[in-house]
Amino acid sequence: MSDQPVPVLEARNITKQFPGVIANQNINLKLYPGEILALLGENGAGKSTLMNIIYGLYHPTEGEILVNGQVVRMNTPRDAIALGIGMVHQHFQLVPVMTVAENIMLGSETVRNGLLDVRKVAEQVTELSQRYQLDVDPYAIIEDLPVGMRQRVEIIKTLYRNANILILDEPTAVLTPQEIEGLFQVMELLRGQGKSIIFITHKLKEVLRIADRINVLRGGRVAGEANPKTSTQAQLASMMVGREVILTVEKEEARPAERVLEVKGLSARNDLGGPALHDVSFEVCAGEIVGVAGVQGNGQTELVEVLTGLRKADHGQITLNGSDMTNAGPRRITQEGLSCHIPEDRHAHGMVVSYSVADNLVLNTYNQKPFARGININQPAIIEHAKELIKRFDVRTPGPNTHAGSLSGGNQQKMVVARELSRPLKLLIAAQPTRGIDVGSIEFIHNQIVRKRDDGVAVLLVSSELDEIMALSDRIVVMYKGEIIGTVPAAEATRESIGLLMAGVHADAQPPAPDASAPGS
Amino acid sequence: MNARSINLKGLAKLALLLLVLTLIILVNSTELRQVTWLRILFGVSALNFTVRATVPLVLGALSGILCERTGIINIGIEGMMLAGAFAAFTAKVATNSWPLLASLLFGVLLASLLFGVAVALLVGALMGLLHGLMSIRYRMDQIISGTVLIILAAGITAYLFDRNAIAEGKFSQISIPLLSDIPVIGDILFTNAPITFAALILVFVLQVALFRSRWGLRTRACGEHPRAADTVGIKVNRYRYVNTMLGGMVAALAGAYLVLEAVGQFQEGMTAGRGFISLAAMIFGNWNPVGALGAAALFGYTQALQNELLLAGFVNIPRQFVAMLPYVVTIIAVAGLVGKVRAPAAEGKVYQTEGGE
Repeated sequence: MSDQPVPVLEARNITKQFPGVIANQNINLKLYPGEILALLGENGAGKSTLMNIIYGLYHPTEGEILVNGQVVRMNTPRDAIALGIGMVHQHFQLVPVMTVAENIMLGSETVRNGLLDVRKVAEQVTELSQRYQLDVDPYAIIEDLPVGMRQRVEIIKTLYRNANILILDEPTAVLTPQEIEGLFQVMELLRGQGKSIIFITHKLKEVLRIADRINVLRGGRVAGEANPKTSTQAQLASMMVGREVILTVEKEEARPAERVLEVKGLSARNDLGGPALHDVSFEVCAGEIVGVAGVQGNGQTELVEVLTGLRKADHGQITLNGSDMTNAGPRRITQEGLSCHIPEDRHAHGMVVSYSVADNLVLNTYNQKPFARGININQPAIIEHAKELIKRFDVRTPGPNTHAGSLSGGNQQKMVVARELSRPLKLLIAAQPTRGIDVGSIEFIHNQIVRKRDDGVAVLLVSSELDEIMALSDRIVVMYKGEIIGTVPAAEATRESIGLLMAGVHADAQPPAPDASAPGS
Repeated sequence: MNARSINLKGLAKLALLLLVLTLIILVNSTELRQVTWLRILFGVSALNFTVRATVPLVLGALSGILCERTGIINIGIEGMMLAGAFAAFTAKVATNSWPLLASLLFGVLLASLLFGVAVALLVGALMGLLHGLMSIRYRMDQIISGTVLIILAAGITAYLFDRNAIAEGKFSQISIPLLSDIPVIGDILFTNAPITFAALILVFVLQVALFRSRWGLRTRACGEHPRAADTVGIKVNRYRYVNTMLGGMVAALAGAYLVLEAVGQFQEGMTAGRGFISLAAMIFGNWNPVGALGAAALFGYTQALQNELLLAGFVNIPRQFVAMLPYVVTIIAVAGLVGKVRAPAAEGKVYQTEGGE
């Protein structure tokens, strides 16, 4: 230990309190020159809070930060930048209407004769992008760039400020497996040039692939340190969650029965009027889970919206339980079609944040007996109903009258799942059902989905988490640019083959799926 | 890059501009003057009226641009303008016979007028500061805060207004050497009083500053994505305070223009909705200073047209319909633009530096 060089960055005894919550408690962390330190933890474990403290966005309640062995005081990100700390935020901090060069220079502008020297900045950007193999056009407008490219801009932004310490907050969440590999190569290149990197994630595989050292956070505390060479995914997972975790979902062979959902030649447009879906055909049978894989923004959102009646289809036909439901309203689809929907953005479409838990639990049945009594609402029945669902779906809430927005993400999602699954069902459409929630809730929701399948419900699962798709699906369809580019039985699917399809590469020797009417190319 | 910007559309616009300019010169210097409708459309008096009507509108729009580009919605332009007008008037009345050293240097009248402008700017800055405090420090809804400014200015100025006070004199016209010798155009554009020139110069200064300077880049970042600005060390709320105060000053200059350059006196509610038409000009101009000038000129021109039509007795529909012209054009212009212009993405949203996610 005494041979260790001085850490470039050290956090000592960091505690951060928000009103009512301790986000970080006595956290110690060291980052050495030229290493990739993985910070592993669930959502809500305090990773982002800690990084925001190191980056000067939050101020610690207690504790101190040392850079190169010196205690430093950071009041704003400006101080952190001056100390050579750069951060790539989970939600990119780029101004969409500005160019790459403008975004990169923002806050550290080069000025000549009182005006911005865009040309000089563009030259520097080009030079940096060549040196670190991060190809970007300095004059491109951010909103025209795909996510992977925006991430490069964020990385160049930190390098432009001469960052020595790079913090990457969940950088792989929005990338395809191949793009993730590209990012790892860039990270290795940066490490080779002496930069130190903190890599924040909750994905175990990635940590074992790239990290030199692993720190695990749990509930705002350091749960332990691990060496990627000697650790397994199961060990890391139990450190992260605090108990044994079953990483694979236990399920039996699917027994598909009659056709529940049939989609033929579906086309639709996105919010801007551009094409979002083109000639999409597939079917889901009772008792099977069909997973829709794909990089975000390839039409999955629009597909779910069309299927749930939230968006009009231009062409094609949707048949649900044998009756035509093309462009039917959401109420007809949910009540006649016995369909339910776990939406991808629970705050926008899944719940009313300012309502109580009990009221949220009857959003799809409030107009039916016993919750409706003439034009009145039967409050006692709603509360009773809520109590029962809270127990059955393990929603951790102080009570049915609690403000739903004050629950943790995982419990909010369990509340949504409870409402959607507690009716008689034929079809379950689950979009990103476990996004941004803790491992315990993920396990619970996965088990609920599999149990519904075993009860004979047809399940359409849309997720950008490839692991989730692989773990749950019986059949996988891959979407690329609004089309279904391939259908693979789950048993034959590998990460690589699905990853290639997600990137738009057709697999040649693909066994024709029984339901595929015509290859769409 | 520059080669691309000279395209067919640009050429067409240039041709149209030249055509109108030629028409203007011809109408005012040849026999075409006898054609009534041409005189109404392109006569010197219509065009001079347009300039006079445009100045307060464009200043109001610039005030809106300054605030909204940093993310603060400003519907209180009307109130800021009225407060500025009253401040200019009060200061002018108090210094009608200014016996100070300054008056020896500039002459009593000019010193007193400049003092009026200075007080108007100060009051405008204070109105901006008030708007900033309400919407940044106290996180009030910015629409409400703007409405408060309007009601506050209307109430206070009406209460304090001394109907017997008289402001003596106003800014006189200056002819810019050489440029003012251009036939017709020289009279309309280059022979004007100081605030008119200041307003026109300000448009172009702001256009460059907003898109080519450090201040402009940071201002726009605060209005589009304040978190991004914060993460690179820009003090978002400080930018918002400063720009809201600057916006207040520019709106107050419009008020000063009405009192010290156009009318010469103050009247209750003399801004008469100009602040709201300015807002429309700001939107029509897509939050760009030069665009706002174009929009303000269009609205000013319709006001001039309304005036000329009524004076000439040229149409025989009831005068009320003619008087509606400027407002109808405003409504059509703004309604026709839905979805075509884009407001700063973060306008109207409170930005908190420390706290929850």
